[in-house]
Amino acid sequence: MSPDLLKLIFGRLTIESLPLHEPIVVGTFAVVATGGLVMLAGLTYLRLWGYLWREWFTTVDHKRIGIMYMILGIVMLLRGFADALMMRLQQALAFGGSEGYLNAHHYDQVFTAHGVIMIFFVAMPLVTGLMNYVVPLQIGARDVSFPFLNNFSFWMTVGGAVLVMASLFIGEFARTGWLAYPPLSNIGYSPDVGVDYYIWGLQVAGVGTTLSGINLICTIVKLRCPGMTMMKMPVFTWTSLCTNVLIVASFPVLTVVLALLTLDRYVGTNFFTNDFGGSPMMYVNLIWIWGHPEVYILVLPAFGIFSEVTSTFSGKRLFGYTSMVYATVVITILSYLVWLHHFFTMGSGASVNSFFGITTMIISIPTGAKMFNWLFTMYRGRIRYELPMMWTIAFMLTFVIGGMTGVLLAVPPADFVLHNSLFLIAHFHNVIIGGVVFGAFAGINYWFPKAFGFKLDPFWGKMSFWFWVTGFYLAFMPLYVLGLMGVTRRLRVFDDPSLQIWFIIAGIGAFLVFLGILSMLVQFAVSFLKREQLKDVTGDPWDARTLEWATSSPPPDYNFAFTPVVHDNDAWWDMKRRGYQRPLTGFKPIHMPSSTGTGIILAGLATAMGFGLIWYMWWLAALSFAGLLVVGIGHTFNYHRDFDIPAEDVIRAEDARTKLLAGAK
Amino acid sequence: MTVAVQSTQSGEPVFYLADEHPHPEGYSTSLGFWIYLMSDCLIFAILFATFGVLGGNYAAGPAPKDLFDLNLVAVNTSMLLLSSITYGFAMLTMQQNKVAQTQVWLAITGLFGLAFIGIELTEFAHMIHEGATPQRSAFLSAFFTLVGTHGLHVSCGLIWLVTLMVQVQKFGLIEANRRRLMCLSMFWHFLDVVWIGVFTFVYLLGVLR
Amino acid sequence: MSRLKILALLPLAAALSGCDCVVLAPAGDIAAQQRDLVIISTVLMLLIVVPVMALTVLFAWRYRQSNTDARYEPEWDHSTALELVIWSAPLLIIVCLGALTWMGTHLLDPYRTLGRIHADRAVDQSKAPLEVDVVALDWKWLFIYPDYGIATVNELAAPVDRPITFRITASSVMNSFYIPALAGQIYAMPGMETKLHAVVNHAGSYKGFSANYSGAGFSGMRFNFQGLDDKGFDAWVASAKSAGGSLGRAEYLQLEKPSENEPVRRWGTVDADLYRLILNMCVETGKMCQSEMMAIDAKGGNGHEGLNNTLPLAYDKYARRGTALGPEPSFVAGTCTPDAPQGKTTASITAPVDMAPLLGAGLKRPSFTPLKSSSFLLGLRPKSDS
Repeated sequence: MSPDLLKLIFGRLTIESLPLHEPIVVGTFAVVATGGLVMLAGLTYLRLWGYLWREWFTTVDHKRIGIMYMILGIVMLLRGFADALMMRLQQALAFGGSEGYLNAHHYDQVFTAHGVIMIFFVAMPLVTGLMNYVVPLQIGARDVSFPFLNNFSFWMTVGGAVLVMASLFIGEFARTGWLAYPPLSNIGYSPDVGVDYYIWGLQVAGVGTTLSGINLICTIVKLRCPGMTMMKMPVFTWTSLCTNVLIVASFPVLTVVLALLTLDRYVGTNFFTNDFGGSPMMYVNLIWIWGHPEVYILVLPAFGIFSEVTSTFSGKRLFGYTSMVYATVVITILSYLVWLHHFFTMGSGASVNSFFGITTMIISIPTGAKMFNWLFTMYRGRIRYELPMMWTIAFMLTFVIGGMTGVLLAVPPADFVLHNSLFLIAHFHNVIIGGVVFGAFAGINYWFPKAFGFKLDPFWGKMSFWFWVTGFYLAFMPLYVLGLMGVTRRLRVFDDPSLQIWFIIAGIGAFLVFLGILSMLVQFAVSFLKREQLKDVTGDPWDARTLEWATSSPPPDYNFAFTPVVHDNDAWWDMKRRGYQRPLTGFKPIHMPSSTGTGIILAGLATAMGFGLIWYMWWLAALSFAGLLVVGIGHTFNYHRDFDIPAEDVIRAEDARTKLLAGAK
Repeated sequence: MTVAVQSTQSGEPVFYLADEHPHPEGYSTSLGFWIYLMSDCLIFAILFATFGVLGGNYAAGPAPKDLFDLNLVAVNTSMLLLSSITYGFAMLTMQQNKVAQTQVWLAITGLFGLAFIGIELTEFAHMIHEGATPQRSAFLSAFFTLVGTHGLHVSCGLIWLVTLMVQVQKFGLIEANRRRLMCLSMFWHFLDVVWIGVFTFVYLLGVLR
Repeated sequence: MSRLKILALLPLAAALSGCDCVVLAPAGDIAAQQRDLVIISTVLMLLIVVPVMALTVLFAWRYRQSNTDARYEPEWDHSTALELVIWSAPLLIIVCLGALTWMGTHLLDPYRTLGRIHADRAVDQSKAPLEVDVVALDWKWLFIYPDYGIATVNELAAPVDRPITFRITASSVMNSFYIPALAGQIYAMPGMETKLHAVVNHAGSYKGFSANYSGAGFSGMRFNFQGLDDKGFDAWVASAKSAGGSLGRAEYLQLEKPSENEPVRRWGTVDADLYRLILNMCVETGKMCQSEMMAIDAKGGNGHEGLNNTLPLAYDKYARRGTALGPEPSFVAGTCTPDAPQGKTTASITAPVDMAPLLGAGLKRPSFTPLKSSSFLLGLRPKSDS
């Protein structure tokens, strides 16, 4: 074939684009490909494809979509953490003239991919998954407001993850750091496909995130059950509402800023170039106008989880519900007024820097109030140390340290000496791991019995907990010290041998965290094997307080046979206390949305379009775009999107539960 | 939440609705669409801000006063404003359940929209032909992107409009189609409001600058 | 102050003993003041963080399920008095910290000229500050000493106790100029200039580097910063002078091409206009300088004529690079004037700069008198200044 024709078909994808010369990547690919093939073969052998497609891929059930988000988050955690281990190993080795084992081309991709994956494809899916699963149950709804959109959002997130993963084996990922500051990320300095993978991966996933934000806001505003006023909503629902408001009000900014970078890279406009009047500083401002709220998007739901967990396991009403809600709302608003603290060192005047420094500190006031509220929820309680509560205590002790160093970094002159240093790295891992990750694990251990009908194994849970907590402290406390020694981030090789010991300690910490992740996987497996022993028949294994525990574990497709009526913040606690009797008769057909494959098809087309644009395969991009239009418009011609669950089915499900409950007594 | 069931007459608290009516179809749609519009509004806000920052960086090239033909823009603006009015008429006839008249008004709206897009493309083509391409300066990059994004929205609106006309023809003015027409109406008027911003800040103030 | 410092260092002592923490023990006055701010802020926050951590442990232990002696009040969920305390305690700390931040940020603004060279020594007005022009290149640092007409790569020297004024820019991407022992960092950005005022108080050799990731050779973007006594500095300048060689525009264009782990290099003479040309991104022949471009833009652009003043890009630091769907890359050609004929572009044309909007409409920048004491605490401010 002529080179021109090849170029027309494959764009800039050539055989050299495949990283065949990188033994590490080839090895990884071999492992991943073998694992993938084994999985595909297994699924085919067990004839699970039809089941997966019907019951999971095309489902619009918020519970199943929530679970799929969690699976995505955990799978991507393995990839993101592999990157972390590689970085730690490189930095522990590259001393005294040694180049370590990663060249710059590879290492720079690793730290970029680590950041992007951990934020967008680990933390976001875990948080979104928990919100998706829990919020409709907590507010007594049957599903979200727009069930089809929910399915579509999920698959768009997967599409973004697929693009980022593809970059590992086809071409390369960005070598720019996770926020891809121009001019470095512009075509002049990053001419390869890496930044394009970054852009399209995030754009595809970003559409999904924005739509799921709109969806959950509507769900919370419109679908609450009777009696649940705003000030009777569970705190997790409140924090979810604020998070989704933040999503809708910040992700469009990311969409625009990436679109402008795309234009710079594809058609040569001059938004962020050095020449022709462009301004790279504008990119930094815009991306942090999204980036700072993003931090709170992640941490607010975690705060909600800790509130639920503390109150449940202390056997006590949450202290200061009202101030908790106001603190959340204040954080939501203030998170838009602080973005400049990410670049005090870019040369703003002292007044501007002070303003943003002080607004940043002000956020610590509502956050501090929340901390005290959890403290006084424990005060005069009866604390049961189940896994979720252990994660919560670890969070409280860890997060205050991260919060303290965060406020320290908000003092501009202090930031001048600590900015971009490993102190900063330690700080944000301190709040993201100590806050978001511990929160997600507390949430997983807390709601797992609700989702699957059996508790998670406590022994392996504790193994995971202690490995994670000690590993975290060992991995990141040395980084604080290194930051004070003036060591900056993203370095590949070091000249000062006195630093090495600290990096070795940090590496050991990272390895312990690795054991923590392994223990968690073992925990899932062991729990599955011991599911009969760990079974929860009551639907309320923790003696909990909110509405999701009023239904069975796992809940039926329709969540509640009858829509609950709420009289108290702790609705289920109130029902238990006042002698609620579960209805046994009078079941009616229940109206539910039907499954559809449109979401996964649209997301697949969007991913293909992204891939075509990344590699300059214009025909693929154009075809996929046309496909998107046709399928999207075609979908609007389907007017029958729901069905009724017949009363007999409801009766059958509810009778089964009655028997189960009777057996439990 | 309109149901204020707190207790039965005997004073026993009620914990569930024995007689429940599912939410009507499209119960959350108008709220959802409003939130979507606000997120879209944010996209335009950022593009306006970008234009505000870069709008004076001509890179020793042409400035707005050298490029903009306000007469053409005035014609263009009137096209879009008229299309909003005719969409309003379409909604009025929809209220009266007159399918044919609704279709006519929708078609007229679409024609005005097409005229708007056509004039805008002519303007772009003229500027690019002169050499005032989006690549020439940061000002032109920001200008083409802001105005182009609006034009892209109008084009999407046109595709949507045609789809809806087919659906109204096929299925009549059923509840679902009324709701969709309502959403498109909000979208169309929203684009009008954005255009007024573009007209004022980009064109009028640009020429004054 | 010293008592506070000791207090702060106590909990950190275990972790920090045996580490060479340059941020906590710098050699320059600015970095020392920044260090003080780090420590005071930490102590202020520990005032609330330590009790919270202690209470967490205490409550977690005391109210465990097995301790049936502890009071259990499952319905207790509100206390106005407590709420007042939990909101006002952090608020008070933040008020203190905010005041500290406002003052500290203005006093330690890198653009602000020095008022003192050490806690107990004022600036000697008779001695002019040392001027150094800093350029971040891919991936090395270029230092130009305009007063001495010398230039170096990856080596910086300054006399002890003499204020230094850095003017900082970059050739291609963003970097951050950082010498932890001397003063906090500031970004180095192409086509823009940032400033840093600092002074070194102790002779010695310190590390400097880029603190903002800038691409493949980033790890090797290190240099040595030497604090020398006056004699030593003169000797250093003399040795640079005697190194010979001349750094002009052509040499610079060679130098700015990407290279990694560059050894130290010195030039005895340097083109006096070079830094301004680098800053204005017009070292290449025939390219319009940013300052001229801004001056033209401030007057309303070049009109239709401006559409024809671009030329195809012939020189690039890397290779010629265009975009997939856009036109060939180009650059804006400089204007020919009698004193700057084609090919001799000059950076001397500048637009009038009005900084008023950046400082807040109608608001004057608050003026602070430099402090004699090393502390920021209000009570210690000298009264004689009023």
